[in-house]
Amino acid sequence: MAARRSRIPATKYPVERFTLDNGLRVVLTPDRSAPVIGVAVVYDVGIRSEPEGRTGFAHLFEHLMFQGSENLEKLAHFRHVQGAGGTFNGSTHLDYTDYFETLPSNALERALFLEADRMRGPRLTEENLRNQVDVVKEEIRVNVLNRPYGGFPWLTLPPVMFDTFPNAHDGYGSFVDLESATVADAADFFRRYYASGNAVLAVSGDIDVAEATELVTRHFGDVPARPAPQRPDFTEPDLTTERRTSYTDKLAPLPAVAGAWRVPDPISDFAGYLPYVVLAEVLTDGDASRLVERLVQRDRTVTSLGGYLGFMGDPFDVRDPTALLLQAHLPPGGDVDKVLRTMDEELERLATDGLTEGELARTQARMATHLLRDTDAVLGRALRMAVLEQQRGEPGLLNDLPRLVGEVTEEQVRTAAATLRPERRAAVEVIAGAAR
Amino acid sequence: MTTTAPAGPRTLPPLGPTRKLKVPKQAERTLSNGLTVIAVRRPAVPLVELRLWVPFGRAHLARGAMLSQTMLSGTESMTSVQIAAELQKVGGGLSAGVDPDRLMLSGAGLVTGLDRMLELLAEVLTGASYPSEEVATERDRLVDRIQVAQSQPAFLAREALLKRIYGRHPYATQTPEPGQIRAVRPAALRSLHSERVHPAGAQLVVVGDVQPEKALDAAERALGGWAGAGRTAELPPTPPLEPGPLLLVDRPGSVQSSLRIALPAVSRTHPDHAPLQLANLVFGGYFSSRWVENIREDKGYTYGPHSVIEHSVAGSVLVAAAEVATEVTGPALLETTYELGRLASLPPKPEELEQARQYALGTLQLGMSTQAGLAALTSAYAGNGLRLDFLAEYAARLAKVTIDDVARAAADYLAPARAAVVVLGDAERVTPGLASLTTVRTEPVQQ
Repeated sequence: MAARRSRIPATKYPVERFTLDNGLRVVLTPDRSAPVIGVAVVYDVGIRSEPEGRTGFAHLFEHLMFQGSENLEKLAHFRHVQGAGGTFNGSTHLDYTDYFETLPSNALERALFLEADRMRGPRLTEENLRNQVDVVKEEIRVNVLNRPYGGFPWLTLPPVMFDTFPNAHDGYGSFVDLESATVADAADFFRRYYASGNAVLAVSGDIDVAEATELVTRHFGDVPARPAPQRPDFTEPDLTTERRTSYTDKLAPLPAVAGAWRVPDPISDFAGYLPYVVLAEVLTDGDASRLVERLVQRDRTVTSLGGYLGFMGDPFDVRDPTALLLQAHLPPGGDVDKVLRTMDEELERLATDGLTEGELARTQARMATHLLRDTDAVLGRALRMAVLEQQRGEPGLLNDLPRLVGEVTEEQVRTAAATLRPERRAAVEVIAGAAR
Repeated sequence: MTTTAPAGPRTLPPLGPTRKLKVPKQAERTLSNGLTVIAVRRPAVPLVELRLWVPFGRAHLARGAMLSQTMLSGTESMTSVQIAAELQKVGGGLSAGVDPDRLMLSGAGLVTGLDRMLELLAEVLTGASYPSEEVATERDRLVDRIQVAQSQPAFLAREALLKRIYGRHPYATQTPEPGQIRAVRPAALRSLHSERVHPAGAQLVVVGDVQPEKALDAAERALGGWAGAGRTAELPPTPPLEPGPLLLVDRPGSVQSSLRIALPAVSRTHPDHAPLQLANLVFGGYFSSRWVENIREDKGYTYGPHSVIEHSVAGSVLVAAAEVATEVTGPALLETTYELGRLASLPPKPEELEQARQYALGTLQLGMSTQAGLAALTSAYAGNGLRLDFLAEYAARLAKVTIDDVARAAADYLAPARAAVVVLGDAERVTPGLASLTTVRTEPVQQ
């Protein structure tokens, strides 16, 4: 009997796009099924744009954007969002920084006011800077220094894979660099990168398009125009010989390893990139996936396994250069070399023998569920559309992703697997310093 | 040309009219085997969410953990890989987890696969076979996972806090030791399954792009044949919180201290619940709270302090948690005690109460606006004997809370004299600072 293939469903979120005179690009995607909205402002600057000697600065600056603005005191932003029943946050990525709120829909104008006010100018004071340097240091302690596997592999693998400062440095930053940051650095960073022409605003959910357009124009229309800076070329050559490194994590009780291979440019060669996104899932999504079946269930050489595109795990928000990553935790005394060898063997087998019947279709069906589930939340939709607009000028791609993933062929997945050769791999091993 | 900004400060625009909380369409049926099925319609995406809550109080700790780890490892007719592949075919997945109240099976998938996911769920519930090979593999994996957990400060602080506040109650220990896991055999899992995994008293929640009545029919077709009656177990109520000396758990070399404070709380249906919830928000329950503004935004002692009321079947507790720099452990506790005491002895300002109230009401709307959020909420309510209608009732209660109500709740529940405090950190470095504030009892970390 032929494998039954689930029909891949799609969403039909409507998309309205326009650009204000000051260069701010706007995406509206109405959906009146619940009285809530998602608001996202994405700036085209991230960890890769940090100057040398200023590691962690993009993230530190993200904190400063919450410390008051032209018409708002310190703490006002938080109070106004939450006092309207909403939640907020921001995050710093390799290629962008985002700021977002999700709120009951009666707070639309308030959210636009708050975002416009800090786009005109955050309050960059010495006191706020010193306070947030302390907060960021605590963030690094809680996420990296005081816990096992802190920063693995997103902070520890790039310096193995890449040679240039933009791609290889620690995006959380060193305490020395963070402490030496100045208000003048921050003002310069804002002037250069937080330009209206370098930003995208997306609003999703319970909005009327005409009314939202009017409100966006009212609040953002007079943000002074500044053009987007030229984005430098971050290209690096691919690896031709394997690179391996290891370090001792004194808190880690068990060994771990991560390996990564460069993949095609996610923006300029999306068709070439997409098969790798599917491949990562074929290899690692659940008990029926290739590597879980082999390494976890059969060989028992690893206890957990993950595979994904981009160092931060979202395949559709990164620019070149980026990578497909596989990471695994091993049992006590586990053999990292053996695990890497088995991965090579399985990739080779996939490239040579192809997929089993139904293997690709079921992986694609589950990827569709993940994509749809992420966009069910208004904020997930606004954020993704903002980034898709910024990096591709194509926010509506969000509706097409489940279908495009479903159109990837077995041949493409095999071809992708064939490129993941040991000599193109960068790998980092965690030595368990707390093993008993 | 650029428009110039108007002179003078801009003012914050007012909020539009509030949209009333609308509880979505739902239906409920109790099957002849005792399983209650609740179906809720939210058709925004062509998916469906499943949550099956099986009462699991007083189950053997290590066997319960292993049961949830191996329940999907095979049946008489299917291997673990086949189960996973069949679920994947319809875009679905299932996972199992356990806590001192319940065994929970959760999943999501394409709505076109609802029938198939329910069939597979039934297959596992009625036929999980706990094959020895798979059990052995999962046993080792679970041991490793517990070892990793035991190296995490947040986990260790939580363990110490639970022991400190629950004493002899079954909630006191929620994670088994590796040695206990190693002793679990497949036969014990089969008997635990037949004894405790039965439909009577269980609740299945289905949320998504479904007609509720049709979803109930589908659930009845698939799960109507799930039979078996076994033991049920009631948990005793949790003991009252005993204040006392601060418990310092020594973790040498820590670069941060994990501060945990437990305070008394009440269940969702208690008349004090709404005012206590608002008092908690004003204290530390959201970012715009006094505690966060003080120890993060003013002093930079910490990254993410938060306090939350945790509801379990046998009782509720308020827990405040912060990871603070080692060198400011004492000062951070001082500020925390100050903020608790200030709220317990002085009424909040009207604008603080309004802000907290709007946040509480708004986040109810946000929590209901996704299929996954609705499923989690519906299941949590159902496990505690409530239905979604309670949302509207709760919103009405929040709307009515006065400043006096909050002041009274704060005095009754948040007073620092009622707190049980646990700190995990480097004792050598933090003891002097803490001992200058309170009596300290030190224990080595349990690793």
